[in-house]
Amino acid sequence: MKTHIVPALLMTATLFVLLVVIYPLIVWGFAQFAPEKGQGETVSVNGKVVGFAKVGQKFTEDKYFWSRPSAVEYNAASSGGSNKGPSNSDYLAQVQARIDTFLVHNPTIPKSAIPAELVTASGSGLDPDLSPQGAEVQVARIAKIRNLPEDKVNELVKTHTQGPLLGLFGPSKVNILALNLALDNL
Amino acid sequence: MLQEILGIGLIFVLTVLLALPLGRYIAKVYLGQPTWLDFMSPLENFIYKVCRINPKKEMTWQENLAALLTINFVWFFWMMFILMNQGWLPLNPDGNPSMSADLAFNTAVSFLVNCNLQHYSGETGVTYFSQLAGLMFMQFVTAGTGMAAAAMVFKAMKEHQTSQLGNFYSYFLKSCTRILLPVALVSAVILVFNGTPMNWEGKANIVTVQGDSVQVSRGPAAAMIAIKQAGTNGGGYFGVNSAHPLENPNYLTNIVENILIILIPIAFVFALGFYLNRKKLAWMIFGVMTLGFFLLLSVSVYFEMQGNPAITKMNINQSLGSMEGKEIRFGAAASAFWGITTTTTSNGSVNAMHDSMTPLSGAMQLIDMMINALYGGVGVGFLNFYIFIIIAVFISGLMVGRTPEFLGKKIEAKEMKIATIIALLHTFLILSFTALSSYVFTQDPSVGWLNNPGFHGFSEMLYEYTSSSANNGSGFEGLGDNTPFWNITCGIVLIMSRYLPIIGPIAIAGILANKKYIPESAGTLKTDTATFGFMVFAVIFIIAALSFFPALALGPLAEFFSLR
Repeated sequence: MKTHIVPALLMTATLFVLLVVIYPLIVWGFAQFAPEKGQGETVSVNGKVVGFAKVGQKFTEDKYFWSRPSAVEYNAASSGGSNKGPSNSDYLAQVQARIDTFLVHNPTIPKSAIPAELVTASGSGLDPDLSPQGAEVQVARIAKIRNLPEDKVNELVKTHTQGPLLGLFGPSKVNILALNLALDNL
Repeated sequence: MLQEILGIGLIFVLTVLLALPLGRYIAKVYLGQPTWLDFMSPLENFIYKVCRINPKKEMTWQENLAALLTINFVWFFWMMFILMNQGWLPLNPDGNPSMSADLAFNTAVSFLVNCNLQHYSGETGVTYFSQLAGLMFMQFVTAGTGMAAAAMVFKAMKEHQTSQLGNFYSYFLKSCTRILLPVALVSAVILVFNGTPMNWEGKANIVTVQGDSVQVSRGPAAAMIAIKQAGTNGGGYFGVNSAHPLENPNYLTNIVENILIILIPIAFVFALGFYLNRKKLAWMIFGVMTLGFFLLLSVSVYFEMQGNPAITKMNINQSLGSMEGKEIRFGAAASAFWGITTTTTSNGSVNAMHDSMTPLSGAMQLIDMMINALYGGVGVGFLNFYIFIIIAVFISGLMVGRTPEFLGKKIEAKEMKIATIIALLHTFLILSFTALSSYVFTQDPSVGWLNNPGFHGFSEMLYEYTSSSANNGSGFEGLGDNTPFWNITCGIVLIMSRYLPIIGPIAIAGILANKKYIPESAGTLKTDTATFGFMVFAVIFIIAALSFFPALALGPLAEFFSLR
C-alpha cells in the first residue's frame, strides 16, 4: 500500500488535468461550431424568449394543444416522472379523473379515441412532444374555440408532424410548442 | 409499431458491427501492439514520468490489486471532500448547497464503485464543479479500473505459466486514454450537435407562452453524458437521466446513447477472442450472453408495447403501449430496449421510469441485474461471467468424470471456493438487505419510503438493493431513498459488491496462471462448444435466477397476476 500511495496521488492529479480540464474544454470548443453553440435552442415571440425548443411546457388552456401531464408541472428547474406503479389504485383513479376531464373539454371525442399519453405523465415531466393521434383528437376542440375550419387545423398538425428517423426508425411525433405558436400565427 | 421494432433492431445490429473492430482494437491496446492512436504515447509517457511509474514493470496479482485498491482509496476521500464542500467551491451559479455526510457517503461510494446510484437530483443536488471534477472524473477512472482488472485476467488466461499479471497502472491509463476518452469525445460531439447543452451558465428564467414562470437547468452536460453512457456508469447529468429532453434530445441521440451502453461490454467479449486468439471461445460467450439478453428483452418489449392492463380496462386508446413514465420521442419499444440493455450491463442510466413499467418488465430488469453477467459492466461484466465459467467447468468435469480444466489449467478446491463465495455473495447481499428493509418498514410504516403500496412497494425495495449489489444504479425512483438508512445500507452493499467481485476473479486468474500448463488432449473438456455454452447458461440460470425466484414471486410476479 505504501509503495502505491505516491503514484496513486500523482496519477489522480494528472488525470484530473486531462479528463476534468482538457476534455470538457475540447467538447466546449466543438460546441461553438454546433448550430446551438451548446446553449440550447430558444424560441422567441416578438423578441421575447418564451421557451426552449426541446423542453416541453405546460399547455392547459382550451385554445392550445394540451401537453402531457407532468409530475413536475413542466418547471425545468428540476425533472421527474410520477414513478407510480401500474397497479397503484390512487394512480389509476388519477388517470380516470384525467380521462373524465378530457371528455368534458372534448365532448365530441369518444372515450376509445383518447390516446393513453394524454392521461399519463411522461418520464421527464418535460416531454416536448405528442404523438400525431394525441394532437388529432384535440383538433375539434381547438377549431371550435378559434373559429377555424377543422381541415386547416388538421393541416397544421400534419405539417408539424415529424416522421420516423429516415422514414424507418422510431415513432412519429409533434412538437407542441412549435405547433401552438404556429396556431397563434394563423 | 413496425418502425419502433426496426429502431431497436438497428441499435443492436449497429452495436455488434461496431463492437467487432473495437474488440480487435482493445485486444491490440492491451497486447501493446501498434494502433492508430499511438500519437497518444508521448502524453502517456509524460504521465508515467510525472507519476514515477515504470509501466513495463510486471507485478504479481497481489501487487496489482494493492495498486488498484490504493488509488480507489484516494478517490474516495477526493469525492467526500468535493461533495461536502461544493457549496463554496467554484462553478456553482445556482448556489446549490453542500451535501449532508450520509448523502455524500452514498454518492461518493456509488460513483467510486462505477454504480452511480443517485439519491440526489442533478439539477439541485450538485454543482457544475461536482458534476465534472467529482462525478464525471469518477465515470472515467472507475470504468478504467474495471477494464484494467479484466485486462489482468486476460493476461493470466493467455500465459502458459507465470506469476506476473502485467502492470495495473499501464492497463488503467491506456483504458482511459486509448479507449474511453476517444469514444467519449466522439459521442459528446454528436450530442452537442443535436442540442445537448455544453455551457457554464446557471438556470434560465423564462415566462412561457401560457404565462407560467419556469426555470430551465443547463450546464456542461454533453461531456458528462457521453462518458456516463460509454463507461457503464449511468449517473445522469439531469435528475431524470436520459429521459430529459436536453440529455437525450431525439431518436438519433437515443440510438447513439443506447449503443454506448452495450458497446464496450460486448467489445470486451470479442477482445478476449482476439487477445487469446480463441475466437470460438468468444463467440460461445457472446452466444450465451445474447441468448439470455434476447429472452429478457422479448418479454419486456412485448409487455411495454401491450400497455398497462389496468388502463386497457378503462377503454382508452393504448396503441402506443404503456406510456406512464415514457417519452413520446422514444416510444414503448425503445424504452423497453434501453431498460434491458441498461440492466444487462451495469449502466443504470434510464430513458423511461422503470418504476412505472409493467410488472414483468420490472421482473426482467431485476433478473438481468441478479445475473449481472450478460454483457455486464465494462471489464467487470466479463469478470462475473468468468466466475460462472469456472463453476460450469467444475460441474461439467464432475458430470463427465474428467478433471476440470479451463484453458489448460486444473481447477481445484481453492478456486472453486472463491468462485462460489463470489457467486453467492450477490444473492446474499440482495436478499438479506431487502429482508432487513422490509422488516424495518413493517415495524414502522410511517418511515414513508414507499411511493406505491402492496407488491409494487416490495419491488421498489428489492430493486434498490439489486441495483446496488449489481453496481447498476438505476432505480424504482419512487422509493424515498435519501434517508440515512438507505444512504448507509446501500453504501455498504455497494462497496462489498464492487471490490470482492474484482478481487475474487483476479485471485482465481492469478492462482491458475501460476499452475502448470497441461496441453490440450483428447481427454480435455472442450469449452468453446455449444454444449459447454449450454452448461454455462444452465449454471447462470440455476444460481442467479432460481435463488431469487421467491423474492420475484412476492414482488413483480404477484403484481402481474393481480393486474390481470
